[in-house]
Amino acid sequence: MAANKPRTTSFSRNFSAASSTAPQAPGLKHGPNGTMFLSSGIPDLDKILGGGFALGSLVMVMEDPEAPHHMLLLRNFMSQGLVHHQPLIYASSAKDPRGFLGTLPNPMVPKDDKSRVHETEQEKGLRIAWQYKKYFGEHNSESQRDGKSEYCSDFDLRKPLERHFFSGQRIDCVSLKESADLATFQENCSSFLSQTPRDTGNIAGGRIAIQSLCSPQCEFSNKDWEMLSFVRSLKSLVRLSNAVAVITFAPSLVSTAFSKRLQHLADTLVSVKAIPDEDKELAKLLTGYQDMVGLLSVHKVARINTQVPAILEATTFSMKLQKRRSLILECLNQAPVDGSNGTSYASSGSCSGSSKTGGALDF
Amino acid sequence: MANALPSTLLDEALDGKGAAVFSTSPAADGRMILVEDCVETSGAFVVHHLLKRCLSPHSSDVVVFLSFAHPFSHYDRVLRKMGCNLSVQRDNKRLMFLDMLMVERLGRDRGKTSEDVFIALYGEIQKAVEVCLSHEVGQPITVIIDDVSLMEVDANGSSNLVLDFLHYCYSLAAQFGCSLITLNHDDVYSNEDRPGLLLQLEYLADVVIKVEPLATGLATDVHGQLTVSNKGIHDGSGKSRNKVHNFHFRIKDSSVEYFYPGSKT
Repeated sequence: MAANKPRTTSFSRNFSAASSTAPQAPGLKHGPNGTMFLSSGIPDLDKILGGGFALGSLVMVMEDPEAPHHMLLLRNFMSQGLVHHQPLIYASSAKDPRGFLGTLPNPMVPKDDKSRVHETEQEKGLRIAWQYKKYFGEHNSESQRDGKSEYCSDFDLRKPLERHFFSGQRIDCVSLKESADLATFQENCSSFLSQTPRDTGNIAGGRIAIQSLCSPQCEFSNKDWEMLSFVRSLKSLVRLSNAVAVITFAPSLVSTAFSKRLQHLADTLVSVKAIPDEDKELAKLLTGYQDMVGLLSVHKVARINTQVPAILEATTFSMKLQKRRSLILECLNQAPVDGSNGTSYASSGSCSGSSKTGGALDF
Repeated sequence: MANALPSTLLDEALDGKGAAVFSTSPAADGRMILVEDCVETSGAFVVHHLLKRCLSPHSSDVVVFLSFAHPFSHYDRVLRKMGCNLSVQRDNKRLMFLDMLMVERLGRDRGKTSEDVFIALYGEIQKAVEVCLSHEVGQPITVIIDDVSLMEVDANGSSNLVLDFLHYCYSLAAQFGCSLITLNHDDVYSNEDRPGLLLQLEYLADVVIKVEPLATGLATDVHGQLTVSNKGIHDGSGKSRNKVHNFHFRIKDSSVEYFYPGSKT
């Protein structure tokens, strides 16, 4: 991958220091404009965002108030950090946030990975021309597979993270329920972040995960400005350190103006939405509808050290659970407008996902 | 010829059509420019453009930059790609960069209220302005604020405090001929029935630059549209009129392309 090559631009001052420590920090990768990426824990999301979450950026996830899809993102993000031995802070409004660590997914064993590659080989015969876009990136993804095991793992959502990943790690779990304001947590964060300062050669990359910031269980949930100023100071702290903060919040629980302000504060902004179970219209419109668990939209991609906006090919992606195990994101494929018989297209549309035999004939 | 800045549609819209001198500061004679953007399309590039114009070798402006949004390194990298070295300008005393990401924390530690912080901040600006004016060559001064909505967060939601601060800055314009460039996000206020701060800013501003995404969605070659409403254009008869320009833009690392809708092949 390009990230492993030494850079020869005039901005290479920091890279020499970084590349010497690179073996100790497999979870990091160089990005454009002198930024570094760490993985979101979802290979497809990394690809969409152009490499992952930029170090020093604040990522906001807008929740669907009725579905826990943001937890999928958080879990993978945290697991990936633990796999890379990166320090982690997790805060939520639950009484016992440490319990959440038990639900983190385990990286997939390489054996499964092979079978997945094998499977796509088998399915080559099933390709249909109008889905050609899906196959553009395939060669890249396969050549990346060797590097990927280092930078971004595939996670098996059914298996809990193995115990040895937790040992000897810095994991702070904070419950926001008891604290009356965010000041103590902010101090937590700043002491945490002071251990991963920007200017030292030792780049490790810390992770901060905050679940449901504005949830009504917290005492401070009606103090909009306090939360905003917390997010703002967190942002400025994170910017000056080698860490990424992921905050999820439910926009429906707060006022529009407040939610907009939070969205402006975010460097990377993503929203997740569940899809209704039996939405016949949507099922007709999109292929592979049966396998989708939700939709993910990317609203903003972090623009650090540059003014050029990132224009993505698509902003909305379907979240699918492949073999009920690993989370994948796919471009939405619109079924061809063919009123007479859409079924055959729909069943072939899921050829890269897990097509349940016969399941496609539901409608 | 070679060292004349190429004028863009944005410059023309700011200065009025056919303005002869582009080398002067974008906000000459104590003008106030307000840039409004939204979540979908950031207006930061307009601020970068104006900053670059202020610091161009043709003008003798001094810039006081109040950054609430990004650290210095970010602007330094961005402007360097545009051909303007902020570190050198800072050493030449043409740029005074106030990194509010740091100052804010300093203020908090000492248990200051946000009002104290703002008063101290204004004091710094005023001092800078007076120092500049004490030189024999009166250098025009531009104050740039990026961005006002974060200032409100620092003021703990007291928009009156922010307004006071902005009024003080504005009065500097009247007193010393400084100009003021501010960035704000207008979608934040879209649901308030009386967005006092935004209305006040729009009233004070001589030029309002609105940055919006295309109504038709994202495109790779058109990043959005700009609406520049210029209140201060005087035609020959001595009347001033409101002039609105509307065009599309595409942001690149080194520059921004501006063009009229549909005129790009």
